[in-house]
Amino acid sequence: MTVASGHGVLERSRAALQNEFLRGAVRFTTERLRSRKRTATDELGRWEEWRERGRQIRSHTIEHLDYYLKRFADNVRAHGGHVHFAADGREAAAIVTRLVTERQAKRVVKSKSMVSEEIHLNHYLEAQGVEVVETDLGEYIIQLAKEMPSHIIIPSIHKTRAQIRDLFEQAGGEGLTTETAVLAGFARRTLRSQFLSADVGVTGCNFGIAETGSIVLFTNEGNGRMVSTLPGTHIVTMGMERIIPTFADLEVMANLLPRSATGQKLTAYMSVITGPRRVDEWDGPDELHVVILDNGRSAQLGDDEFQAVLHCIRCGACLNVCPVYRQIGGHAYGSVYPGPIGAVLTPLLNPGGEYHDLPYASSLCGACFEACPVKIPLHDMLVALRRRNVEQGRVKPLERAAMKGFAAVFAKPGRYRLAMRAARVGQKPLVKDGYITSTFGPLFGWTHTRHAPALAAVPFRERFAGMKQDVQERPQPNRTSDGSPAKAAGSHLPAAGGDGEGGGER
Amino acid sequence: MKVSLFITCLVDNFFPDVGEAMVRILNRCGVRVELPPQQTCCGQPAFNSGFVQEAAEAGRTLLEALAGADYVVAPSGSCTGMIHHYYERLFADDAKLQARARSLAERTYELSQFLVNVLGVTDIGAVFPHKVTYHPSCHGLRLLGVRDEPLELLQAVRGLELVPLTLAEDCCGFGGTFALKMHDVSAAMVDEKAAHVVETGAEVLVGTDMGCLMNIGGRLRHQGRPVRVMHLAELLYQGILQGEAEAR
Repeated sequence: MTVASGHGVLERSRAALQNEFLRGAVRFTTERLRSRKRTATDELGRWEEWRERGRQIRSHTIEHLDYYLKRFADNVRAHGGHVHFAADGREAAAIVTRLVTERQAKRVVKSKSMVSEEIHLNHYLEAQGVEVVETDLGEYIIQLAKEMPSHIIIPSIHKTRAQIRDLFEQAGGEGLTTETAVLAGFARRTLRSQFLSADVGVTGCNFGIAETGSIVLFTNEGNGRMVSTLPGTHIVTMGMERIIPTFADLEVMANLLPRSATGQKLTAYMSVITGPRRVDEWDGPDELHVVILDNGRSAQLGDDEFQAVLHCIRCGACLNVCPVYRQIGGHAYGSVYPGPIGAVLTPLLNPGGEYHDLPYASSLCGACFEACPVKIPLHDMLVALRRRNVEQGRVKPLERAAMKGFAAVFAKPGRYRLAMRAARVGQKPLVKDGYITSTFGPLFGWTHTRHAPALAAVPFRERFAGMKQDVQERPQPNRTSDGSPAKAAGSHLPAAGGDGEGGGER
Repeated sequence: MKVSLFITCLVDNFFPDVGEAMVRILNRCGVRVELPPQQTCCGQPAFNSGFVQEAAEAGRTLLEALAGADYVVAPSGSCTGMIHHYYERLFADDAKLQARARSLAERTYELSQFLVNVLGVTDIGAVFPHKVTYHPSCHGLRLLGVRDEPLELLQAVRGLELVPLTLAEDCCGFGGTFALKMHDVSAAMVDEKAAHVVETGAEVLVGTDMGCLMNIGGRLRHQGRPVRVMHLAELLYQGILQGEAEAR
């Protein structure tokens, strides 16, 4: 994951905030995806029940991942596929590279794989002199620009038409305009010849079905089918958590994923691949290899707080609703997985890495949880990761001291009253018309864009002591009561890790 | 009915008018209000920064302060949400405290929740002939599920014209310490929120959490926008006074 070293999300987000085009494009695209999602889920109806069913399936599968993963691998092999397990990204890349070089492949075409981004597969293959061609339109653009995706579903969300035309002209397109049909036409012509001449196709995997060993791909451009059928060898790279138990579960996922991702009722192409081409079949590769990646995932199993991060189906809905992502886009997260899911997943998958600041890139508004089709409590996980930073000594001494001070003051009512009294006196030189507007000192971050209210001359508790209460006779409730008790003051969200009951749900 | 006010540190120290408005409204609904004197803060600033121990120290003080209350009412969905959503976990290693936390959560309500769901009041007799827009605060909305209650109260106010806010449910960028730690991003967020508020043409922005309102209000004031920012309690109380004046 290429990140400018020495810089964190703070610096990267500052840079992103300067990029007006990026921010405009992100606003435009995410708003469109959000409204399409709303339409698609309203149309389906009972969305909360669909979400709950999705959560149950993912929770149950991850709870019993050892069983389902073995079942999946056994069934891939039973249908003539080969299965390779990789402990980390380096090993996964090495396996794919070996498979490619053993076949003396000159050209690899790729489709739909965040995992191959995660393991930097292109880098390894290119080092062996293999030409790698991304064939998803967005990924193709990103590859030509030598950049990282900035969105899980729309990797080139940050590129303008003019930039795309320039990239395509550098790639050999002559006299192109910025019209969609012209740009798409160039990509189609170019990629078509690549499909036909490639030796190996690499795809990701949206879902692996345990009961049949099938690989399920959701695509919109049709290239996934080219990549998985035209070259002689098809290599699938997938995270070990991509499994679902049965085809019946796929129905639920097929309802949740496209609606959450793009607001589509269905993707244009849903491909289910079970083994390589059989003797009586026309289409398909001679060989199918499935590379199953751990890379920090299994470390989350059994962790009450974080296991549910493995429920993610990579729809990107949390990005589209995140008010922080909206302002800074994907690259500011500095990793393959941006947005709220990235802010949780990336530090978990890279515990020794430089991503511990990502959980702070959130106002904890909870929109991510609300949007998640499988109800991952991302907002709780963000807080839990901050706690882990405190426990493991990754916070600045100044912040630690401030929080010690907070506890010392707020745990003792007498001290609290004294401290507030002192603050009321201390603020006096700064207050004008009831506000603090000075941009000097520790409040700069606030006051350079916002006026800050001053402490009230008399706090409420003192005012209350002098208030006479005139309690009026209780008026009748203005709504017809059906005699039912008042709605309980119940919490709306489930507790993090509170879905550990997954085992008994099926 | 004995109702204890959990006034929250923000309202106690910065916005005492909100506290007074709550007391007056509750009095008119037949409720006498107490202010348990030992309360300080729910501990959320520390908790959200990952300082669980420090949050628990503040939280324990609040548990003790509010132990005897039949009902606890707070002018904040965020502080109420902290009690509802996180207290049980905050005190997970002490069964006694955890039981008290659970009991406190069962008795604690955000103001609009209490008025509408417990007292069964939506029409509070308020008159407020102004154009108003409403920002639903994230924690009230998503930690507590307070979605309709403030709107029901506002819709019953005579003369009030409620205008919709674009992307109303998007966070204003406050987020407690987030506003200081990632202040550039926070500023960009509140900038957009303030712009949406101005676009509505509303005279008044109303909400249920002073954290968010001081953020949006602080931005609007910095920009010299004449939009008035009010807590729901302030708006309702002012409306009640006007209603009473008109009835005389």
